[in-house]
Amino acid sequence: MYRSFLIKYAEIAIKGKNRYLFEDALVRQIDLALRKAEGEFSVRREQGRIYVDVQSERFDYDETVAALQCVFGIVGICPVVLVEDAGFDRLAEDVISYLKRAYPGQAFSFKVNARRARKNYPMESMEINAALGERILAAFPGTRVDVHSPEVMLHVEIRNQINIYSVVIPGPGGMPVGTNGKAMLLLSGGIDSPVAGYMIAKRGVTIDAVYFHAPPYTSERAKQKVVDLAGIVARYAGPIDLHVVNFTDIQLYIYEQCPHEELTIIMRRYMMKLAEHFAKERGCLGLITGESIGQVASQTMQSLAATNEVCTLPVYRPLIGFDKQEIVGISERIHAYETSILPYEDCCTIFVAKHPVTKPSLHVIRNDERKLAEKIDALVQEAIDTVEVIHIEP
Amino acid sequence: MEAYLDNSATTRCSERAAAVMTELLCGGYGNPSSLHNKGKEAEDAIRKARGQIAATMKIDGKELIFTSGGTESNNLALLGGALANQRQGKHIVTTEIEHPSVQAPLDVLESLGYEITRLPVDADGILSLEELRQALRPDTVLVSIMMVNNEIGAVEPIAEAAAVIHEANPDTLFHVDAIQAYGKYRIYPKKLGIDLLSVSGHKIHAPKGVGFLYVRDRVKVKPTVYGGGQQKGMRSGTENVPGIAALGTAAEEAYEDFDDKIAHLYALKERFIAGVANIPGVTVNGKTGRDSAPHIVSVTAEDVRSEVLLHSLEEYGIYVSAGSACSSNKPAPSRTLLAIGMEKRRLECTVRVSFSVHTTEAEVDYAVEKLGEIVPFRRRFTRK
Repeated sequence: MYRSFLIKYAEIAIKGKNRYLFEDALVRQIDLALRKAEGEFSVRREQGRIYVDVQSERFDYDETVAALQCVFGIVGICPVVLVEDAGFDRLAEDVISYLKRAYPGQAFSFKVNARRARKNYPMESMEINAALGERILAAFPGTRVDVHSPEVMLHVEIRNQINIYSVVIPGPGGMPVGTNGKAMLLLSGGIDSPVAGYMIAKRGVTIDAVYFHAPPYTSERAKQKVVDLAGIVARYAGPIDLHVVNFTDIQLYIYEQCPHEELTIIMRRYMMKLAEHFAKERGCLGLITGESIGQVASQTMQSLAATNEVCTLPVYRPLIGFDKQEIVGISERIHAYETSILPYEDCCTIFVAKHPVTKPSLHVIRNDERKLAEKIDALVQEAIDTVEVIHIEP
Repeated sequence: MEAYLDNSATTRCSERAAAVMTELLCGGYGNPSSLHNKGKEAEDAIRKARGQIAATMKIDGKELIFTSGGTESNNLALLGGALANQRQGKHIVTTEIEHPSVQAPLDVLESLGYEITRLPVDADGILSLEELRQALRPDTVLVSIMMVNNEIGAVEPIAEAAAVIHEANPDTLFHVDAIQAYGKYRIYPKKLGIDLLSVSGHKIHAPKGVGFLYVRDRVKVKPTVYGGGQQKGMRSGTENVPGIAALGTAAEEAYEDFDDKIAHLYALKERFIAGVANIPGVTVNGKTGRDSAPHIVSVTAEDVRSEVLLHSLEEYGIYVSAGSACSSNKPAPSRTLLAIGMEKRRLECTVRVSFSVHTTEAEVDYAVEKLGEIVPFRRRFTRK
């Protein structure tokens, strides 16, 4: 029955003179997202609103809503019936026919919420509310008016066309991707990093990603899992260039030169350095990690300070104050969790000390890193030269 | 150079089998149940395959039920054999080293009220006939023993076991999982006293998705798949004609120049074992002589996790299997290696190497050479 969707957006409506930039980006993202849904659509802007109109005869309603629910910037998706203004009687008929189809049970409490955006309409909003309410009560004896908590909030908006809708499907909120620069996500196969990427993308940030691959200690399947996770983040964040860095030789070298309990910290410092290299190369304005204070030995305040110290770009850690369970909740909501928990071989545990330092001293770490002086620059350069970039489409 | 040494996982399809298959996919694609000639053609292809397989086992082609592969054959034998003969009793005897496709259906039967006795094996993976004798009871409906163990290549004393079983209880059915054995041994179920025997196509150079269960004449099995009543109601569903025909061809091929092929496999195995004997930290598990399977070697490289070794070899185009998968959140130690009493430290460092008739001495030498390089290097990196 629906052929159009009214798109509600909140935050971007207040952006002043930049508003058109945000709206342009939102329209672009909606266009991109709808390619995933069966049907042909056009997106139009009218009087400060965005409408998605179905152009093809066949379209998949559920797929359309699901696609729109991935577009940051949207706070509500309203399947809407648009009718021409042909007098009040005709409007009342249209409303009744709408309710008949939308609520076949025909027993519900309701409230009419009319809005007269076009002021030359002969009735005022309050009059429309009352008159339509009477017609509805007459047409459906099973209904009753409830102005405080109605089961059906029927919106009737008088614009160029009259908008009739009563369903508001929540969107993801945030700001359209492409309105806020780019950042480099350190992506692993775990639960946290895809969520971190999602959260930063939600603020309008375009994402690229880097993954540290350590064959033969991590397998092709572990890498595939990261590719799959990047694909999930891309559903929201748009296309991602995933940088797969072969980290094995650096890891082995650190293993042989440095104290075992410092391996993780020193490795992470080199990961950050490499991530920053690719970030700068790609014009990114920051790094994103899935770290949360105290989650593991390498995420204590001291450890975070030690890894942070090697970067000049800001490091965004959107999960920093989250508990694991909260992160899992978001992971499930964005449909990443099932992939994140897939088992895969990960023999990197060889490089994890049984008792790693939890309060690394920068002084000591720097001192121990001197033991890497002979070869580390060449190994880092080799990792940079052999990077594999995988372009990931949503 | 590439060396595919994972032939116990699956094998390359033989060209003859592939050609037969292609012809039936695109030419003789009829449904064997159709009444017209196109259907008859397909039926003939199945009849031919029955004959080809029957000849390798000295059985009647009618005693074969074609399935989707080894797993389905084992399921049909165990679930179908147990359910059809409940009156005999609800006790089943098996070993601790069976393949999951035997263990899992037995777990299901256990949950349905059957009692399962799982016999231990010795350090070489061989079961004790005396323990088998003691486990048998008047209500033992089924005994299931694998002929060749898929992880260490142990060969179970099937003929002797059959004698023990039938002496103790002539009504007890004897099922043999011959998935790793068929094509490597001359198996004559009637002479050996086997009632049910499972085979998988893709282990013998036929395609994946096809296998068979031998069901001795007059042995009752309850079907596990119901529908249009194909294969005399024993396994409904339109027959996988191309797969079945390819399986027939591959079976026939496997037993051509049979002794030469087996000699070649043993020569490869001995060459490999002699080669790795010189690598420090490397040991071979279980029996290694002609009393072990010709195509399987279990190798432990101390202090090198099996996946690390597997992926290191993969970098050189050498493909083997990991005895147990070290996964980030689902450790699954091999039941066979546990059953032969291997300690965890070594169990995690064990890989399986398996040959086929296509494997060459050069490939074996290449694998030995690379193992000789990889193992000492990787042993430098262990968890501290």
